[in-house]
Amino acid sequence: MDYTTLLTIADSTVRLSIPLLCACLAGLWSERSGVVDIGLEGKMLAAAFAAGAAAHASSSAVLGLLAAIAVSMAFALVHGFAAISQRGNQIVSGVAINMLAAGLSAIIGNAWYGQGGRTPPVDGAARFGELVLPGAERLAAAPVLGPFYAEVVSGHSLLVYLALAAVPVTWFVLARTRFGLRLRAVGENPAAVDTAGISVAALRYAAVTICGALCGLGGAYLAIAQSAGFLPLMTAGKGFIALAALIFAKWRAWPALGACLLFGLLDAVAIRLQGVVVPGIGQVPVQAIQALPYVMTVVLLAGFIGRAVPPRASGIPYVKER
Amino acid sequence: MSAPIELPKWADVVLVPLVSVTAAFVVAGLVVLSIGENPVEATRLLLAGSLGSGEGLGFTLYYATDFIFTGLAVAVAYHAGLFNIGGEGQATVAGIGAALVCLYLDFLPGVLLLPLGILGAAAFGAAWGFVPGWLQARRGSHVVITTIMFNFIAATLIVHLVVNVIGEPGLTETRAFAAKATIPYVHELLAPLGIALPTSPLNLTFLLALAASYGIWLLVYRSRLGYAIRTVGANPGAAVYAGISPARVIMIAMALSGALAGGLAVNEIMGVQHRLLLEFTSSYGFVGIAVALMGRSHPGGVVLAAVLFGILYQGGAELAFETPTITRDMVVVIGGVVILFAGALEGLFRRLVARGLGVLRRVRAAAPRRAAAEG
Amino acid sequence: MNAYGKTSAPAASAPAIELVGIDKRFGAVHANKAVHLTVERGSIHGIVGENGAGKSTLMSIVYGFYEADAGEIRVGGRPMAIRSSADAIRAGIGMVHQHFMLVEPLSVLDNVMLGAEGGALLEKGEAQARRELARLEREYNLVVDPDAIVGELSVGLQQRVEILKALYRGADILILDEPTAVLTPAEASALFSLLRALKEQGKTVILITHKLNEIMAVTDRVSVMRRGEMVATLPTAETSPPALAELMVGRRVLLRVEKKEHVPGDVALAVEGLSVVDERNCLRVADVSFAVRAGEIVGIAGVAGNGQSELLEAIAGMRRPTLGRIALDGRALDPAEHGPRTLRRLGLLHVPEDRLRTGLVPAFEAFESAALGFADDPAYGKGALFDRQAMVADLAAKMEAYDVRPRDPRLRTSKFSGGNQQKIVLAREIERDPRVLLVGQPTRGVDIGAIEFIHRRLVALRDAGVAILLVSVELEEIMSLSDRILVMCGGRITGERRPHETDERDLGLLMAGVTERAA
Repeated sequence: MDYTTLLTIADSTVRLSIPLLCACLAGLWSERSGVVDIGLEGKMLAAAFAAGAAAHASSSAVLGLLAAIAVSMAFALVHGFAAISQRGNQIVSGVAINMLAAGLSAIIGNAWYGQGGRTPPVDGAARFGELVLPGAERLAAAPVLGPFYAEVVSGHSLLVYLALAAVPVTWFVLARTRFGLRLRAVGENPAAVDTAGISVAALRYAAVTICGALCGLGGAYLAIAQSAGFLPLMTAGKGFIALAALIFAKWRAWPALGACLLFGLLDAVAIRLQGVVVPGIGQVPVQAIQALPYVMTVVLLAGFIGRAVPPRASGIPYVKER
Repeated sequence: MSAPIELPKWADVVLVPLVSVTAAFVVAGLVVLSIGENPVEATRLLLAGSLGSGEGLGFTLYYATDFIFTGLAVAVAYHAGLFNIGGEGQATVAGIGAALVCLYLDFLPGVLLLPLGILGAAAFGAAWGFVPGWLQARRGSHVVITTIMFNFIAATLIVHLVVNVIGEPGLTETRAFAAKATIPYVHELLAPLGIALPTSPLNLTFLLALAASYGIWLLVYRSRLGYAIRTVGANPGAAVYAGISPARVIMIAMALSGALAGGLAVNEIMGVQHRLLLEFTSSYGFVGIAVALMGRSHPGGVVLAAVLFGILYQGGAELAFETPTITRDMVVVIGGVVILFAGALEGLFRRLVARGLGVLRRVRAAAPRRAAAEG
Repeated sequence: MNAYGKTSAPAASAPAIELVGIDKRFGAVHANKAVHLTVERGSIHGIVGENGAGKSTLMSIVYGFYEADAGEIRVGGRPMAIRSSADAIRAGIGMVHQHFMLVEPLSVLDNVMLGAEGGALLEKGEAQARRELARLEREYNLVVDPDAIVGELSVGLQQRVEILKALYRGADILILDEPTAVLTPAEASALFSLLRALKEQGKTVILITHKLNEIMAVTDRVSVMRRGEMVATLPTAETSPPALAELMVGRRVLLRVEKKEHVPGDVALAVEGLSVVDERNCLRVADVSFAVRAGEIVGIAGVAGNGQSELLEAIAGMRRPTLGRIALDGRALDPAEHGPRTLRRLGLLHVPEDRLRTGLVPAFEAFESAALGFADDPAYGKGALFDRQAMVADLAAKMEAYDVRPRDPRLRTSKFSGGNQQKIVLAREIERDPRVLLVGQPTRGVDIGAIEFIHRRLVALRDAGVAILLVSVELEEIMSLSDRILVMCGGRITGERRPHETDERDLGLLMAGVTERAA
């Protein structure tokens, strides 16, 4: 495999891992506050539809992004209402969010555009184009690092850089701010937060709202950056792989980036290995590589390698004890 | 505040699901309105399409067959206090099991082949449910996350098998099963008896689904094993006290749940498609969650809820044909709202029902007094 | 100066806290009945009482965790509306809960700062917190590494973090709820010197406990609560453990149970050197040995949480003993087969302490709950399916014999009153002809009529030659039923008495861990 191929793989790794990263960080915010969210997939899908529709209507990619974030936050707040205020079952609520998003995006898309649920293709200002970072062209000639900078680092849409920036921001807010400290505490022991005179519900609502915003970013990326419009079920399980990545990252921001890049790499390699015969092994079943993230997560969860312990209070509604 | 809301049994069994389903339909009606269609007309088309003709009814019951199995799968696990969202994966793997029997044991006579195929589906589905159960019982990994992962692993597994191993070259399906390996259609069975039914995919698996419902009812509410399952689900402390091993019950319940999800594969693969193909589960595993929640995890309720969703699916298909703006995805929306209302917001609806009953009682208590005062 | 920026300087002469007519009900339970309490500034004030006397509820009201139904809280002479923990913190009240309110994966520093971070970014507050912790360390000799992870600290150190949290928020009044329940003796004495140091600095300490020796050792004044009422407040110097024990238990009208002289037979249940370590690696039962003979009721007295529950569960096979042997009828039990099923077959039956969480399934119809543990009985149906008619008939007969009301075996278990639920459990166990019966809290939450009935049944069973091990936190129950009394404290047996040779004061001392040697 030559250097150019490696660069191509690295480039598609970045592209493929971005939606995972958005959903993974979204899940991180929610679950660190103690609200389990298996509705990342649905929120991202609803957001992708909103982005496609709004970008088409307004011819503005930014408005598309804002619409995506707004819709995704609305879904997040429904989940929050069920999980925080009504102390309902968070898993059940997440399943409902996923179905609602899948059904509504298809129905409304079909009713509005009559193209089998797609939104009309968008282009130009309605889409986030690829940015060429300063010096990319000039440095491309430089040996080794030059092409890497030009191919892999440069040439992505604004949303890619936003998603990547969300990693240090998430880390910083959680580790270094008052809000982050309280959030980490409420996911582990809400009673400690309550007795410290802080509202458990307010913190958790804030967390699910941020979760919604990040899912919105991921959805917008899928619809109006990576593609040129919304396609039915275009999230294709990415919200669930993100959940796996979150477990893999043990609910921490930087490892989340690592896990998403790893899963993105697996995806990129799987696409390239389609039909390739590897000497000595024969044809590698692509599906084996595709299944790897899930298999690894199961193995990790079962404690066969290391241990992934979720925030202690996650999934449990907070009830003041008698 | 957190104390369980006690309701009369009839309200618990009938009123709460009814209120949440009604609310779900109101939401669906609003969606129909918002896309500029008439909900009343939509409902009429839906009912006519699903119940108005023999063919429609056949399709309705065929869909209901799938939902009975996936609904029972969720219900059984729920009785053990588990949330099995792995019905999709379990049904997928069950399809592989059924196909292996039907493809490679088809030298056997039909009387042996059909039961073996069904057993193959049940066994494979059970295994795919058992492993997450085992992982929860013995390794402490949560069954919800594991079953999600197992859904995806099953999805890649079937693609690999069909594309690379047992499928027809270049196609995403296997060869068709021998005729003796297929479960007879109802209209074909009844034709020799002089009963002419319109062609529909309704096959004998429907009877199997009804039998399974009865069997699960017996098992859950009448058998020693069901007693153990319900005890673990309702009060794990009491189970330990009684000498029932929660770990063992969790594994049994998950295997049973997976086997039931396998019924979906029997209906689709052996009953209708007669070959193994990709994505035959069509998210019916998730619909099973709505069905189980609506049916309050009681097999009788599950059958009723499954028929309701059968009506929605078949009627939805007809509706989509007549009114192209309303696609069958409407059913998914209704399913989602039912899950949200009857599941996640159950407490809210129980409180509403309790309050409503309270008002009713006060009104009724006040009425005779008023009558007496006036008289 | 404190991190919370509290400005109101309280009047110098006013008491630190005054409670006026505090009243609180939880449904049918009247937890606090018009309680009055005055706590002087700069003193250590003890509050003692038995389990359920209302101490913890009272302090939770002061800390804003619950709101009182009636009454007034005055802090430093001024009436305060304390509706939340935040209000209490602002009023200068800090509380160390019995179950620590700590976030275990976080550092000591993070835990101390939580809720009092001093700005949106942690960095600035962190520096200040470190300085403040260093000051507190100097002032009170409170040594804790600020960067240690709380979950990795010993229980004693975790408690220190709780105290630091309160002091960091500028608490002038510190409430400690059963602080020594989880401490080793060395840790406890370190805590007491800390409390004295706090007092020196003018802080007010309220110490909730049921251990009388602690009261005597460290407090200036002591208040006694009994059944929701404040029955006395005395200077500690003017009282004594026996006097306090008497105030705690009161002079109650004993429910007299007609009891013949007992004729004990052979040893039916023998426990030797039994120790139990729980899930959290805490030693709950420490080297306990005793025997129960046929035709004898042995009562285990003790304040709840002193290992009785774990002892009972270990004997019943619900919990694996760490060490020790259990023998039935002289035959040692093989630990491998020591499970509830085997034990039931061998004639060891068990009325568990908590009928709702263990003894019954509230969601089941009564006849199903009445089969708990005996679902394998062929009388309930052959093969895999139940004979429900037989089950219903079986419970109907038992309901008749035990006067369970309503006599409806099909009614949901949760719909019966506590007393009737308890009768269902008793009927289920007693009618199986036990050789040994373990009974935990048989009359908790049970009305008077049912109590009498249950007591008579137990005595009749003893007269019929059954060996009964009774665990109860109700002293009068232990006194009136037992032929021998063992007292447990801190997982150990602190004494053995015959009921006619002892009184409640004597038992109260043993329950408080004041053993013969210490007294």
